[in-house]
Amino acid sequence: MSKKLHKWRPVIACGVLLLSGFVAAFASHTRSPEELAVTDNTPGREGGNLVVALRSEPKTFNPALVEDDPSREVIDCLNADLIHINRDTLKTEPALAKSWTVSPDGKQYTLHLRHGVRFSDGQPFNADDVVFSFQVYLDEKLHSPQRDLLVVGDKPVAVQKIDDYTVRFSLAQPYAAAERIFDGVAILPRHLLENAYQEGKFSEVWSTSAPPSQVAGLGPFRLKEYVPGQRVVLEKNPFYWKQDKAGNRLPYLAQLEFLFVPSEDAQVIRFEAGDTDILSRFSAENFAVLQKEQAVKGYHVSDLGASLEYNFLFFNLNDLSSKAKPEIAAKQAWFRDLRFRQAVSFAIDRAGIVRLVYNGRATPLWDQVTPGNTLWADAAIPHPARSLDRSKELLKSAGFWWKSGGTLVDPHGTPVEFSILTNSSNAPRLKMAALIQDDLSRLGMNVHVVPLEFSAMVDRLLNSYDYEAAIMGIASGDADPTSEMNVWVSDGETHLWNLAGKPSTPWESEMDQLMRQQEVTLDYAKRKSLYDRVQEIVFQDLPVICLASPDVLVAARNRVGNFSPAILEPYVLWNVDELYVR
Amino acid sequence: MSEQVRQCAKLTVALVLLVVFHAVVLLAGFFAPYGFAQQNRDLPFAPPTSPHFVDTSGEWHARPFVYGLADDPENPGSYRIDATAIYPLHFFVRGAPYKIAGILGARMHLFGVDDPGRLFLMGSDSLGRDQFSRFLFGGQLSLLAGILAAGLSVSLGIIIGGIAGFYGGWLDDLLMRGGELFLALPWLYMLFAIRAALPLQVSQAQVFLLLVAVVGLIGWARPARLIRGVVLSAKERNFVLAARGFGASLAYLLRRHILPEACGVILTQLALLVPQYILAEVTLTFLGLGVGEPMASWGTLLSTLQQYYVLSSYWWMFLPALLLIPLFLAYNAVADAIQERLKSVAL
Repeated sequence: MSKKLHKWRPVIACGVLLLSGFVAAFASHTRSPEELAVTDNTPGREGGNLVVALRSEPKTFNPALVEDDPSREVIDCLNADLIHINRDTLKTEPALAKSWTVSPDGKQYTLHLRHGVRFSDGQPFNADDVVFSFQVYLDEKLHSPQRDLLVVGDKPVAVQKIDDYTVRFSLAQPYAAAERIFDGVAILPRHLLENAYQEGKFSEVWSTSAPPSQVAGLGPFRLKEYVPGQRVVLEKNPFYWKQDKAGNRLPYLAQLEFLFVPSEDAQVIRFEAGDTDILSRFSAENFAVLQKEQAVKGYHVSDLGASLEYNFLFFNLNDLSSKAKPEIAAKQAWFRDLRFRQAVSFAIDRAGIVRLVYNGRATPLWDQVTPGNTLWADAAIPHPARSLDRSKELLKSAGFWWKSGGTLVDPHGTPVEFSILTNSSNAPRLKMAALIQDDLSRLGMNVHVVPLEFSAMVDRLLNSYDYEAAIMGIASGDADPTSEMNVWVSDGETHLWNLAGKPSTPWESEMDQLMRQQEVTLDYAKRKSLYDRVQEIVFQDLPVICLASPDVLVAARNRVGNFSPAILEPYVLWNVDELYVR
Repeated sequence: MSEQVRQCAKLTVALVLLVVFHAVVLLAGFFAPYGFAQQNRDLPFAPPTSPHFVDTSGEWHARPFVYGLADDPENPGSYRIDATAIYPLHFFVRGAPYKIAGILGARMHLFGVDDPGRLFLMGSDSLGRDQFSRFLFGGQLSLLAGILAAGLSVSLGIIIGGIAGFYGGWLDDLLMRGGELFLALPWLYMLFAIRAALPLQVSQAQVFLLLVAVVGLIGWARPARLIRGVVLSAKERNFVLAARGFGASLAYLLRRHILPEACGVILTQLALLVPQYILAEVTLTFLGLGVGEPMASWGTLLSTLQQYYVLSSYWWMFLPALLLIPLFLAYNAVADAIQERLKSVAL
């Protein structure tokens, strides 16, 4: 679910495109001196080829149309944005905009662009490219996934060129995460794309069949070759706008190759065999397999700790009056009782989930913000231990009782029986369901696990509401709370437990208010206290029962220099411009 | 003569094996030391425990025993034998309740060890459940469903293929093109539709019927084609033509001359379809039409083998697959023997 539901996920990208061929380097107008960004990484060796596996073939090279992860991973290496989120610090840093100022009312951002920057085809970059790019992303007809991010307070950001190297962005309201929305919004070359855009053919450009010479960007690499069914090869962009402390222009790598390897196991095997240099997105079990041989095979695995993904169990609290589901509606009397949800939460063996589902490479959770999100996690949230006694007390106080055989029945004598829905393709969630089923059977609840294929499950969760409880996970695309708006605000698309569009309990109203307020509060400390309160509500009122957050697991060959994986996507290639081969 | 004896011995071995296998699976609750859902959260992926007679000090025990398992501190995620903990094996012990043939409740198990000892004859799975018990319980569902579904497919194949082959002409065209159409249907989407039409929770009995019906009904077209081909060639044989000339009825021709010709194909199809259908259940489970947690089935046991980490780290997960080899060989042997017998009768 994670991937499809959060339109909100700030899309992350690194650079622009490229293209070789005719370098129109002899442009007639005078060029201002290059203002290169200086990175503070250890200077590396020039040259070399790095190989990474992709789960599937990219579907497009067009940054404004990308919706799938493999395409995004490639596009990120071809493009650059104005302001970038540093994956290491989780904070924003200058990219194509060397600096910016904010108006006192917090609604206007004036960005100063780097001078002398050139696209990978050698053409200069200036404010016109920025204005053009935002025009494209905001065009409703193109349905760019970035558009959602660029709509603040129901109004799209207004973009205005002040001069060739200054652009002003105006927002309808102050917006706390304003700087972060630029991350992943790749700046497009107006000289290559404007004609197609004017002719209404924008959605056809830069498909995977486009000739590499027609694709250019501002990222560290440019497209060299695309072999359908096999690989995408990128080559160094000689015009890239960053250099290291020693004055070497980045990137170090001469070539970056993406191999298409369709499954996780196949990727692990190819990595073990030495066919690829970097590996991410693999299970804790495979981590253990790789770990055994790391000393002899010349690679190392690392566990970066909790990711931003949180898995949770939730009950169907939707209004079912229009859905004619009397059996589920009857059970909602239990689900709506806070004491019932608390009893379930107390009965769940989170430590068991961490150990058995994730081989110990996960963190148990009691609210939605994982400890990996160091800027926003509320350390004050308690971590109560599993207690079946506590669960039984809570159920008793809610009027439930036990029959002689140990079956739990509600105050009317109806046995407590319900099903947990989850997607059959997700092995960890299936295992969690099996563990929770066993945990709850100790309370006398008769729980069934219903595995369904992903789209069938989503249909039940979002459209028909034909389910009783479900296990789901959400992987935030960004560390900032605004990326979670659609989960916790009652009219959000991912407000899974109750999609009515309006709050139905006092705590939901409070959560709406807190989330909306943090969105427009610019002071970090104030925002933090607002978001802390949201976490407290999630912990206390249990709209969802948080379970565990898997660790981010990565592996790289020892020959890869400056390898510095992060918990925010792209986990391993975010600093691809600094990577080198020893 | 010696060849005949050899064949006969082979058949006897196969029959004994089949009878024992099916009896054990039918009485899974009695032969399995634990329930299929019983988790041991401290013992995921525990290797098989073997019963011993001699302990580490060399002392001989009349009653076999097993050692306890402890975490291996040097090798996280694996276990070492705790020689200080000795759990003798008991026979006819009371344990987890189960039902015989789905009706009769009982608690008696053939063997077991005292708590907290554990007897994992085939190791444990990722949730610390006894693989041996799960294998036996899983067989109850998979074996019967596999055989019934294969029987259904082949029966339909015989009827439809027989008619098409024997009558030929437009009927043949109609049935065979219909079969091709059937093969070409987008089954995945049909299965989605079936799942959507079912209630959220599907009971065990429904799962069983679904497996048989869906798998059996989808699979008739291939056997039907093969049988049609055999019937088509058989009906032109001289002895069939002769019988026809003497006025033999259709039923007689089919029974006496034509179906015996097709018998080889039918039995081979059955022998091939049963294992195939046991695996088909994995796909159905993925679509929510099969066996869900915590129920066990051979399909789900085998599907874990597709994982690389299982392949590389936990060899005992292959034991169920190994045990299935003699089972299917025995089926093949019986099918061969029947075929031989029919041939000699026909001659």
